[in-house]
Amino acid sequence: MLPSRFEYHRPDSLEEALQLLAEHGDEAKVLAGGQSLIPVMKLRLAAPAHLIDISRLGMDSIDEADGHLAIGALARHRDLERSDLLKARYPVMAAAAPQISDPIVRNLGTIGGSLCHADPAGDWGSVMLALQASVVLRSGRGEREMPISEFLEDTFTTALEPDEILTEVRVPQPAGSSGGTYLKMERKVGDFATVAAALHLSLSNGTIERAGIGLTAVGSKNLQATDAEASLAGAEPTEAAFAEAGRLAAEASSPVTDVRGSAEYKRHIVDVYVRRGLATALEKARAA
Amino acid sequence: MEITVKVNGADRSADIEPRMLLAHLIREEFGLTGTHVGCDTTSCGACTVLLDGRPIKSCTMFGVQADGREVTTVEGLFQDGQLHAIQAAFKEEHGLQCGFCTPGMMLTGSALLAENPSPSEDEVRWAISGNICRCTGYMNIVKAIQAAGRDLAADAETADAETADESVAS
Repeated sequence: MLPSRFEYHRPDSLEEALQLLAEHGDEAKVLAGGQSLIPVMKLRLAAPAHLIDISRLGMDSIDEADGHLAIGALARHRDLERSDLLKARYPVMAAAAPQISDPIVRNLGTIGGSLCHADPAGDWGSVMLALQASVVLRSGRGEREMPISEFLEDTFTTALEPDEILTEVRVPQPAGSSGGTYLKMERKVGDFATVAAALHLSLSNGTIERAGIGLTAVGSKNLQATDAEASLAGAEPTEAAFAEAGRLAAEASSPVTDVRGSAEYKRHIVDVYVRRGLATALEKARAA
Repeated sequence: MEITVKVNGADRSADIEPRMLLAHLIREEFGLTGTHVGCDTTSCGACTVLLDGRPIKSCTMFGVQADGREVTTVEGLFQDGQLHAIQAAFKEEHGLQCGFCTPGMMLTGSALLAENPSPSEDEVRWAISGNICRCTGYMNIVKAIQAAGRDLAADAETADAETADESVAS
């Protein structure tokens, strides 16, 4: 399959990339790992006149600073999968990274690219919703930080302006005892999720301080199960409370029937994964 | 666009359209047809090559992105008239049936062994989970990769012993 013709740019700095983007605006697409963009270009679902390759601009560090974890937009899924820091302190991310696509795709695909692609079946969006992360957006006009819940607007649609580049993802550092996980059902490695759920719990004196629940592939975008989260805030972490959260999350999801399963089946899996994932999150939080 | 890629150790240049995929650059411009195009949708891994030592799917990268970088194809495994240990092991363990997935399997396997010389069966299966064998001949592929790891370790030991002998002799 051959994409439409385009002009290829490989800027040497972020500033140069932003300048090119300001010049070409919505005629241009930013190329990072290319693992989503190139397939859609090959299918000619996207046919940008200009491709701005930012993949050699660094921006791939994974570090804690100023109360948050800062992840460069060009951090590869592979880097996140192998990060000891994530394994030690960010269990939701550590659980999700090795479940993204397949090991070869993870060598190129980036966290920033995945979030900007905004596929409702993408994994990082749900993880970031559960963790209340934010994204840093840069343009020639300046920089702004935005909660992920505002950034992800709809299927393949984000709040990114045509002249902006997502440069960093910021995840609040875990406070007190917290834990989490990412549960994903897929037909085979590399397939899109049938259903997946990101679960985060933080405890305060044994009760739930905050629960974060993000859902994958069961709506027009990654969903935040806000009602289920609210039902858990301040509650005792009991089986009954988790069952109620599962019920509410399933109610909030709106999956469609397709080759991966019926809507009814997927909604049931949301219920099961939310309950099961919360139990795992609780175990990890108590051990933390 | 003029690009230069180090392919299997030698610089190769080409003047290509930016939309040309790396798989086609390798096959059509460089004439290295060991890199296969299977699904053309980032699923099967038949087009796997190493980019700076890491497996990537060459149907999902543009040729221009490889400019100034190093690519290893299956042809690059064969060196100084010798099969690479992984090639010898695929032959010995019957690690191929139709052979279509084999270049990708061997490159992914060689990258795994470079990081982890004695992988468990699970680790091998995990590493090759982005490569699909349409003959479903996974048993022997896994065995071949593990056997190649043992052969490489034995070679390294022999080389160490020889170095040690030399240092004693001098």
